[in-house]
Amino acid sequence: MSRNTDSNQYTILFAIGMVVIVGSLLAFTASSLKPNIAENERMEKQQNILYAMGVNENGPTDIVFVGTDKVAAEFSKYISKQLIINPDGTAEESARAFKINVKKEQAKAKNGGTRALPLFIGEREGQSYYIIPIRGKGLWDAIWGYVALDEDMVVQGAFFDHAAETPGLGANIKQRYFMDDFIGEKLLSSTGDFKGITVAKGNNDPKNLIKDDYEVDALAGATITGDGVSAMIKTDLKLYLPYFKNLKNQLN
Amino acid sequence: MGLLSKKDVKLITDPLADNNPITIQVLGICSALAITAELKASLVMGIAVLFVMGVGNVVISLIRNIIPSKIRIIVQLIVVASLVIIVDQVLKAFAYELSKTLSVFVGLIITNCIIMGRFEAFALGNGPWRAFLDGIGNAFGYAVILLAVGFFRELLGSGTLFGVPVLGDPIEKTGLYATGYENNGFMLMPPMALIIVGLIIWVQRSRNKALIED
Repeated sequence: MSRNTDSNQYTILFAIGMVVIVGSLLAFTASSLKPNIAENERMEKQQNILYAMGVNENGPTDIVFVGTDKVAAEFSKYISKQLIINPDGTAEESARAFKINVKKEQAKAKNGGTRALPLFIGEREGQSYYIIPIRGKGLWDAIWGYVALDEDMVVQGAFFDHAAETPGLGANIKQRYFMDDFIGEKLLSSTGDFKGITVAKGNNDPKNLIKDDYEVDALAGATITGDGVSAMIKTDLKLYLPYFKNLKNQLN
Repeated sequence: MGLLSKKDVKLITDPLADNNPITIQVLGICSALAITAELKASLVMGIAVLFVMGVGNVVISLIRNIIPSKIRIIVQLIVVASLVIIVDQVLKAFAYELSKTLSVFVGLIITNCIIMGRFEAFALGNGPWRAFLDGIGNAFGYAVILLAVGFFRELLGSGTLFGVPVLGDPIEKTGLYATGYENNGFMLMPPMALIIVGLIIWVQRSRNKALIED
């Protein structure tokens, strides 16, 4: 090669050319695939919400969602109401609830705004499930989940997911044996105060038989991810307490 | 062997043992520590690196004569990053389930020094075909160590292999656990991966004295 690839001029031109080529390539890929990705994300969210209320095709230990071909139909069959909760506990029905991005709402609340709180009500075999999306921080990146509660804020089902927790350690919050531990755990004390659920090391209950200790067994080697799960349950679910108090009053 | 000359074969077989990227070149240690707590993650990471190394080495080798040497590291980084992002996006659109499994590894691949190390050491000075062979050879060498470490950590740490219990049930106390055996939680911590890699290096060097440096 006779070209002088060491000159400043060549270096700068190369850098500019490279940025333009790579940038447009990435932009083209992202924008042309966007509709497909958005559709996949919608189906995933519907699958997650249904999963939390127990509508899934699980085997004994694995996690199997409702198939993507029928998830939209199942969602409209089981989810009877989509609500947005006001801070005072009143609720309004709105199809917009599904589109609420919890991450954006949390940022809004941080900057002093009010957070729109989505809630999905599912009906299955005569029981109502109140499904709430939650979101928090793990060790490396975001963690989130959907928790299904009954009228007394007792957990009926939970689904957790994560962006980038360590495989084999924190990523195991996505495993059945961790998520199923939450079923039956209470969020409220007997006097109706919000206590939350702590992912606790050494709670001496590895089979998770004690359901009123406000604790589930932690994962080995995933302390920070586990703390993140405890924190998002405490902060996000607490916001719905006024709604459940109102609900209780109406039911009584 | 019309396609592969003797030298080409060496490019693939050398990194498997005597020039292993992890145990001899000491590249890619970070991810070997981070994700080897279970075999499945080791396998997925091995396959992902195989793909990125193979394609990345060829791309870098093709443009090796026009890359300005002052910014070559940045150019390498951009090639890896865009390659990984494009694959991630395509998977998200057409194989969403698979992309969920792989998304964790995307960041790890971009920052994996094994990839940059081979670009720098080999692809910048060799033709595309040889660079390709070097890429997949090193990726295999990397995967072999990851799987070995993952095997011991998952077996001794969780009592499972690929998520399947092989030693009995630790909570119900069946199988080996009935005798009082306990899982070693310490095996799940990253330091144990370092110790296992150290043991592999020890065994390897005591069997082949030529590898021992003065």
